[in-house]
Amino acid sequence: MEFLLNRYRNLTVLLVVIAAQLLLLAYQVKSNQDVRLVRVWAVTAVTPLARILEVVRRNTIGIAEDYFDLIHVRDENNRVKKELGRLKMENQFLKTELSTADRAQALSAFQSRTQSRTIAARIIGNGTGMNSKDVLIDRGSGSGVMRGMAVVTPDGIVGRVLASYPTASQVLLITDPTFAAGVISEKNRVHGTLKGIGQSKVIIDYVQNEEKVDVGEVFYTSGDDRVFPKGLPVGTATVVRPGKTFKEIFVVPAGTQNGLEEVLVVVEGIHQAIPDAQAVASTDIYILPAPPADKASNAPTTDQRGGTLTTDADRLRERYKKIGAAQGHVFGQGLPGARPANFNLNPDEVKPPPVQAVAPAGGVAPGVVNPQAVKAPLAPAGQTGAGGVPATTTIARPVPTAAQPGSAAPGVTPRPGAAVPVITRAPGTGVAGGNVTPAVSKPPVARPVPTAAQPGSAAPGVTPRPGAAASVITRAPGPGVAGGSATADGSKPPVAKPAQTVPPSGGTAPGVTPRVTPRPQTANPAASGTVTVTPKPVVPRVVKPATGTSPGTIPGTIPGTTSGTNPATNQETKQAAPKL
Amino acid sequence: MNEFSDRLLTEVPRRARKFKFRPITILLVPLAAILFQVYLPRFFTYLGYLELPLLVTVYFALMRRQPIAGVFFGAGIGLAQDSLSPNQPLGMFGIVKTLVGYFAASVSMRFDVDNPLIQFVLGFFFYFFHAFFHWVLSRALLGLQVDFDPRQTFVLGLLNAAVAVPLFMLLDKMKE
Repeated sequence: MEFLLNRYRNLTVLLVVIAAQLLLLAYQVKSNQDVRLVRVWAVTAVTPLARILEVVRRNTIGIAEDYFDLIHVRDENNRVKKELGRLKMENQFLKTELSTADRAQALSAFQSRTQSRTIAARIIGNGTGMNSKDVLIDRGSGSGVMRGMAVVTPDGIVGRVLASYPTASQVLLITDPTFAAGVISEKNRVHGTLKGIGQSKVIIDYVQNEEKVDVGEVFYTSGDDRVFPKGLPVGTATVVRPGKTFKEIFVVPAGTQNGLEEVLVVVEGIHQAIPDAQAVASTDIYILPAPPADKASNAPTTDQRGGTLTTDADRLRERYKKIGAAQGHVFGQGLPGARPANFNLNPDEVKPPPVQAVAPAGGVAPGVVNPQAVKAPLAPAGQTGAGGVPATTTIARPVPTAAQPGSAAPGVTPRPGAAVPVITRAPGTGVAGGNVTPAVSKPPVARPVPTAAQPGSAAPGVTPRPGAAASVITRAPGPGVAGGSATADGSKPPVAKPAQTVPPSGGTAPGVTPRVTPRPQTANPAASGTVTVTPKPVVPRVVKPATGTSPGTIPGTIPGTTSGTNPATNQETKQAAPKL
Repeated sequence: MNEFSDRLLTEVPRRARKFKFRPITILLVPLAAILFQVYLPRFFTYLGYLELPLLVTVYFALMRRQPIAGVFFGAGIGLAQDSLSPNQPLGMFGIVKTLVGYFAASVSMRFDVDNPLIQFVLGFFFYFFHAFFHWVLSRALLGLQVDFDPRQTFVLGLLNAAVAVPLFMLLDKMKE
């Protein structure tokens, strides 16, 4: 020791002095927490050792403790898993209850909103058919449910009641292949017939290819089927493409998309207005204001400026109007085969001829005015063929007929061989013209097939080609006598076949069941004896005999158009769709 | 080795040339240096860059050529400086200057400390050592977040070294 102190005396003194000063420093200095530095150093020097000891103790003793603790972990884990499963099931149940409450609230809101009287029902079963789409609901005849009632949801129609039992009802869904309903589009009010195809989608049939239906367009019930009240949503068109005869429109039904659990049975339907098409959501698009009126341009372009139209079509229409007025020709009133107006005349030079008084011959119904007789006289009465049948065909029109016997101007010579079509349209009970044989005075008989003109029965001056037929089209005969549509030989005319004439004929012959069509402005077949009207006059089409049209086929008929004439007023009326 | 290096590193003459000072000199010179360091910078700020207690410590350690004497010189001057310096705990300058005195006395036995160049270099080195070690102790023992600027320390080291050479010449006059 003494050797070490002698040898390292300098270094020893240095360490002693420094240590003494460190102690002095530690004693007097306090840390930021007002703790003397000696204590801080002591704690700092001791705590790492304590930490090390604690780590060692924890790792050794803790392992043993964890082992005993883990013995119960498995049981605890199983218990927690069971609890979790129970809570999941409870949560799912509560979600289902909440969803049910939401649907019930939606049904209640719909019931309060709609004008129709409905009762809520719950789906309790499905049909057993392989391809049938029908369900059972828990409402039956005891609740007032009857066969044929509509079944809807707030989202759209669901189906109709196929059968009603005391405590349940069978509902045919709209996806069933045998289901059909009248629908109408939202934008363009295009009518069609909804049909199920056994899939999730349905189709809209009987929509002409010329009709405009857009993808995404919403269809509503039209009320024509008298099952669903008008204005109920049906679905959205997803596929629209032209077909062979009609458009192929696939619609996703709105009422069956979210699953069926609760439905509403319409026990008393009230037609509602179809909402207008919603405008496209407005986006921020800048649109310039309308330009100021061009004062330099004196030519008005629209009828808003004094009604003057200056387009080429307008000028051409005005020219034809003048030509027609100058020659006493009424456009759209000319008969087939009649001489048209001379369009080569200068409308500014010609003057309209004086009005000629029509002197009808005998047999003309009193009070009948025939403007066509002025320039297109037909065969006079009395010029009948063998059997007393007029040589030429008769014309029966809803309006006062043009075929005035005896008033036909002689000298009208049709082209040899040209057929003179005679269209008997909705004759009713009025006798059109006196060229009807007494045998025709029998009630409702109408022959829809063209009646060939008999040789030798031509009117004076009218020289038909031998063998040429004068077609007579009987269109939708009403209950009255088809005036002028008698056969040439005067025999008893055959009974009309409505199925071959106008399909949806209203006011058809008794015993004939009309076919319901969803066409717009269609006569309702259920309204027996009620005559319907079409806003547009029916344009007859000439059936040329040379084409070999088979008897009974009426190529010019328009399905769904009017088919009856009121004999009393000789005017067609429209039947209002009754409320369900 | 050339003649110059022989003069710097000859060992025998160093040990033979121990200088002694009168006790009053050993007492008053450090006290004067401490007073200069403590009070004058209050009136002349730029004088605060001079570390006269350090230079005095280095001088006496170099002249005595005894590490133990250097230790006590440094410890005494450092503790005195700590005592007279506000907000300075006792022992910080004492520890640092103890080390400076020890190493200065140790170095004096290897170099010709009478050479002004050696004095300049040693003055710069010990100033840098003193500043750096004080910064280390301040962070390690006191936990103070002080910065150490090597560039500034370098410049101040040159300044103090430049002052050390004439100071050492002045103190040489007080040798016995």
